[in-house]
Amino acid sequence: MSDATADPRLVSARAAPKRSMRLSWSDPVFRAIVWQVIIVGVVAAIAWYLISNTNENLAARHIATGFGYLDRVAGIPIGETLIPYDPAVNTYGRALIIGVLNTLKVAVIGVILATILGTLIGIGRLSANWLLARLTAFYVETLRDIPLLLQLLFWYTMLQGLPAPRQSIHIGDLAFLSNRGMKVPLLEWQTAHSWAFLAFCAGAAGTWVWNRHARQRQYATGIRPAVWPVALGLLVGLPVVVWALLGAPFTLERPVLRGFNFQGGATVSPEYFALLLGLVTYTASYIAEIVRSGIQAVSQGQWEAGGALGLSRGLILRQIVLPQALRVIIPPMTSQYLNLTKNSSLAIAIGYQDIVSISNTTLNQTGQAIEGIAVIMAVYLTISLSISLFMNWYNAHIALVER
Amino acid sequence: MSETVATAGRLPTVAREQPPAGLVGPRAWMRANLFNSWLSTAVTLVLGYLILRAGFAFIDWALVHAIWSVPYSADGIANTAVCQNAKGTGACWAIIADKYRLILFGRYPYDEQWRPAICVLLFIGLYVVSAMRRFWRKELALIWVGTLVVIGILMWGGVPGLSLVTEDYWGGLPITLMLATFGLAFGFPLAVLVALGRRSTSLPAVKMLCVVYVELIRGVPLISVLFMASVMFPLFMPAGVNVDKLLRAQVAIILFAAAYLAEVVRGGLQSLPKGQAEAADALGLSYWKKTGFIILPQALRLVIPPLVNTFIGFFKDTSLVLIIGLFDLLTMGKVALSDPPWQSFSTEVYIALAVIYIAFCFAMSKYSRGLERELSRSHRR
Repeated sequence: MSDATADPRLVSARAAPKRSMRLSWSDPVFRAIVWQVIIVGVVAAIAWYLISNTNENLAARHIATGFGYLDRVAGIPIGETLIPYDPAVNTYGRALIIGVLNTLKVAVIGVILATILGTLIGIGRLSANWLLARLTAFYVETLRDIPLLLQLLFWYTMLQGLPAPRQSIHIGDLAFLSNRGMKVPLLEWQTAHSWAFLAFCAGAAGTWVWNRHARQRQYATGIRPAVWPVALGLLVGLPVVVWALLGAPFTLERPVLRGFNFQGGATVSPEYFALLLGLVTYTASYIAEIVRSGIQAVSQGQWEAGGALGLSRGLILRQIVLPQALRVIIPPMTSQYLNLTKNSSLAIAIGYQDIVSISNTTLNQTGQAIEGIAVIMAVYLTISLSISLFMNWYNAHIALVER
Repeated sequence: MSETVATAGRLPTVAREQPPAGLVGPRAWMRANLFNSWLSTAVTLVLGYLILRAGFAFIDWALVHAIWSVPYSADGIANTAVCQNAKGTGACWAIIADKYRLILFGRYPYDEQWRPAICVLLFIGLYVVSAMRRFWRKELALIWVGTLVVIGILMWGGVPGLSLVTEDYWGGLPITLMLATFGLAFGFPLAVLVALGRRSTSLPAVKMLCVVYVELIRGVPLISVLFMASVMFPLFMPAGVNVDKLLRAQVAIILFAAAYLAEVVRGGLQSLPKGQAEAADALGLSYWKKTGFIILPQALRLVIPPLVNTFIGFFKDTSLVLIIGLFDLLTMGKVALSDPPWQSFSTEVYIALAVIYIAFCFAMSKYSRGLERELSRSHRR
């Protein structure tokens, strides 16, 4: 026994023999290196050629390069700004930041609304009600087949065709829809609201902690404590209590018609409204198809197997079908979120001042073409890569682990 | 025992029975599909009411009260007073009657417009032939090359019998079809290579290049790539070399499409079970044989619906060339609307354009679904 190595069959597992690369075409490692050198070399040569041409051309046309122009006074009037801006004082840099914020404003709201609308329509397509299934199918078929640019132009023309503020379409004396956009009342923000918001954040953190606790209890005992009453109390109850304790202040600043236009309240401009409407309805038609095919991609056998195990339909959907459907849904959904964000660049066609529009005005005024396009690309790359990274992380999180 | 065996051969004949009356026929269908629960009934009633109302209102506007033609003054200027009066109650289809040649063929010389018309038909014929599985063989490539050469000759002219028409005069539907067709034809092979490169484990440098290319292109909007093609591309070329604007936009669309298609193809490659590649390796197939005979046929079949969705997407996205000043279908619609007498009838023009786009895209998506069904027949239960 002590002399086990004497028997050659009992030799313990050895490390794989060390491979040495041979300089031969039949060695895959050598082949791989040669191919990579060739391909990377060709790409680098093309890049070098283009860059050297550009440098020569720029020198020949005496175009100065650099981002110095960002510090100059812009003088671009901007209709919608989330941060204070004065064209006579502020710089191009600040104008571009406003453009970025405007892009984000339409993209974030658009992604949320499009996901909700798209999921509803996708489920509607699978409905047992024939009329609902046909109608949602018609919606998807029509909206998907018309270029977004055409839809945006159409919505914008429609909104401009609305009556003037004096004859506006209104809901009570709260919201007014006219060719100047939509006017909605604005909540006068007070300290109590800030505290209520903080309470909401704390409630969200508390819900997360309780949810984790519930899961651990489930793993330990098999019984899952109810989460929703705690979540309701923390997310809704706590902020309301804080708000009520601080005197429950609630004053609305209502839009009032003065002369030819409204004063007070918040404005949703026709440009923003048309852009958001077009982006949401268009992207929702894609999301609907993704949701539908994701649910259908899970084979019928999965439902049947779940049923055979005695699981309820809701439990099968949540624990068996949805996790598998999400694997199909997430990658194309990421593309749709990215598409919506990038499609918001069509704002330039209807005059909403997003980053493309403002950057375009800037490059027309200053003549800095390369820098202008570089700014646009950098902004969208940052936004897209952030969304991509997040969704890739999420995708890896839910992916099936294979061997 | 012996009796049962004897009678088993001739079972007593029973009269064929109809299914119960409640299970077939229109009433049963309606009960199952429209009114099978309280919620379903409510949905049916509300939707039915809204659809009927909207439908009647649309028919009223688009057909009953529509204006189909307007009088012209002696110098050929349209008198659109009738249409102005009917605004809001009836559509003014007279603008389409007046402008359809401009919208479809742009500023192509009026007497020569049969040439772009034939080109459009050739493009459609090319799509139809490519869609038929009977033609899926090597000769299809020859058909493509031949048709595209004929289209080029017809559009340009400059040969005996055809006058020369430079691309400055091209416009409308042929431009849209051209940008889309070439974009997809050149983009797809590139996309497959990039997708394979991105999945490669033995070529890390190539994988890196593919990742950077795909993420860079997918990270920016098409507009910025088109801006690059129109503003920055001339700077990339050596002095004196002048590439046509249409070609520049075309290259931009090819590069853009390839990045998106590559991701779709990669999705298909990813969803194949690992065992397929391992089995091919075990059989001793080379990389290209494994890819060409085992991996791609299965992976591409899996991604047909998203592929066609991407195809349709690019067909529509060619409309963005409006922003860099190329005269595609949408741009021509806007040009038609810039004529003073017709300025306020954009809805009609937009609807007409939408119908053209829908016709092409709907046919494509219908085809893809049919193909998907046909290809997955063996896989369905």
